[in-house]
Amino acid sequence: MGAYVVRRLLLAIPIMLGVALVCFMLVHLAPGDPLVSVLPPDASQELRAQMIAAYGFDKPLPVQFFHWLWHAVQGDLGTSIATSRPVFTEVMTAAINSLRLAALATLIGFFFGCLFGFVAGYFQDTWVDKLASAFSVFGVSVPHYWLGMLLVIVFASQLYWLPATGGGPMGAEGWAWDWDHLQFMVLPAITLSVIPTGIIARTVRALVADTLGQEFIVGLRAKGMTDYAIFWHVVKNAAPTALAVMGLQLGYLMGGSILVETVFAWPGTGLLLNSAIFQRDLPLLQGTIWVLALFFVLLNLGVDILQTLLDPRIKRA
Amino acid sequence: MTADLGHNVAPPIQTSPGYWTSVGARLVRDPIALLVGAVILALVAMALFGSWLAPSDPYATSMFKRLQAIGTPGYPLGSDELGRDMLSRLILGARLSLFMGITPVLLAFVIGSAIGIVAGYAGGLTNTLIMRTVDVFYAFPSVLLAIALSGAMGAGIDNALLSLTLVFVPQIARVAESVTTQVRNRDYIEAARASGASAFTIIRTQVLGNVLGPIFVFATGLISVSMILASGLSFLGLGVRPPEPEWGLMLNTLRTAIYTQPWVAALPGLMIFITSISFNILADRLRAAMAIRS
Repeated sequence: MGAYVVRRLLLAIPIMLGVALVCFMLVHLAPGDPLVSVLPPDASQELRAQMIAAYGFDKPLPVQFFHWLWHAVQGDLGTSIATSRPVFTEVMTAAINSLRLAALATLIGFFFGCLFGFVAGYFQDTWVDKLASAFSVFGVSVPHYWLGMLLVIVFASQLYWLPATGGGPMGAEGWAWDWDHLQFMVLPAITLSVIPTGIIARTVRALVADTLGQEFIVGLRAKGMTDYAIFWHVVKNAAPTALAVMGLQLGYLMGGSILVETVFAWPGTGLLLNSAIFQRDLPLLQGTIWVLALFFVLLNLGVDILQTLLDPRIKRA
Repeated sequence: MTADLGHNVAPPIQTSPGYWTSVGARLVRDPIALLVGAVILALVAMALFGSWLAPSDPYATSMFKRLQAIGTPGYPLGSDELGRDMLSRLILGARLSLFMGITPVLLAFVIGSAIGIVAGYAGGLTNTLIMRTVDVFYAFPSVLLAIALSGAMGAGIDNALLSLTLVFVPQIARVAESVTTQVRNRDYIEAARASGASAFTIIRTQVLGNVLGPIFVFATGLISVSMILASGLSFLGLGVRPPEPEWGLMLNTLRTAIYTQPWVAALPGLMIFITSISFNILADRLRAAMAIRS
């Protein structure tokens, strides 16, 4: 077990280096002069050369990469061109907002996904099962940015029940767990939760169907065990995989919420990326993507290790 | 392909239908597959013959006929924020939207299959080098990678296509590698190798026929994701540029109209949804017809 964890950690290092390399190359992929948004168009050649030296653009790419990585791992991701604030602070503030939203969406998705999955697995090939399967297909096929717009139309512009956009009441700083703040989270969280609901329902249905078909369940029934007690055996068999899928979905939602955050003007990493792209704020773009990708890799790693610890049946070489 | 091999060994008296014929026969008997197939055909027809089908000019603006409601005379599905006919724009929009959604999957199918088959067939160090590189791109959630790449490269159709292709290549390469690894040690490959066939010939005559099916089914499943992502890029302003009709971009420009004409504003999204769910269901039915268990 210990050996597995160590091996898994070691395997993650080249992946993290690769991810850093991709993020680093993003800036060099960008067309045009990297200094175009820093320097005025009529800057003198001397100032130009000074800036190139200051940013290290005159050094060979591998040197630039390790220089960037060395600073990045210490939390120095450079300065945002648009706001002149450190990229790291900007990203962290936004990441906490995104994480809050993604976590709520994942929890909603986990609850309904398990509910639909269990019901569908227990009543296979009935109309309940078909309905749950239809919802799964809907969840993975609907463009979530459009679903978000529909929810805004119905609940904000027609019924006036909930606010359409924003991350909190006007002029409020920070976050509090009261209805004034929470009401802003309801629509984006429901929008985002549709994908994990579909995926978790699909997984749980397959797990439940598989477990119920196994001989030990027949054995337990023959022994005279109640349906309620058998249910717990099914839950115990399905839990590790369902939890792992939930963990991975949190990562996908963190990285994938940019479109939904844009629709709802939720002040998270998605909105930050959006403004970084349109203000050509390359350090901010690079830093945000690096933090999100690193979060995703570490989450994958954590889920993998936890699943091995939780499920004694998984013996990995 | 496997059925053909069987024929060579012992020719049966009655010719049994080939594998693909039986898959086709199962699909034709599947009412859901037929329904979504018809929807996709209709969308393709809209994409091909949109200019003839559209009742009016999708580019003609009118300052006095902005944001008309659904059912207004002359505007069966209303008009957009510049007074352009929604019905015509939705029909014409099929061309760019389908093109943007399907092209990256086609490109990634060719490139990803090539990479994966080479990695799977070669094995050893080549495999490790290729697959570890693929793992790096796999470490990004696909939405994030697509937006990061096209965000860095800048808006435009070609950049959006390029970044979406880059998102799907690693996914297809992984599937291609795993199915190729499964067949590379089969007896018939060994036999071909023993009879002196070159690696290229073996891949062309023995491997391809056995691996392309599963890879193709996986790729069909990606079209739905690709449609949502491609329109999503345009929705963010990173893909198609105005005034071209494209569903994601139309959804974006109509966002400001959700208080005045909410249902007109929601129409382009409905088109994306119909396309995406049709491809998703078709891929599902195809998988069932080919009896591939995931």
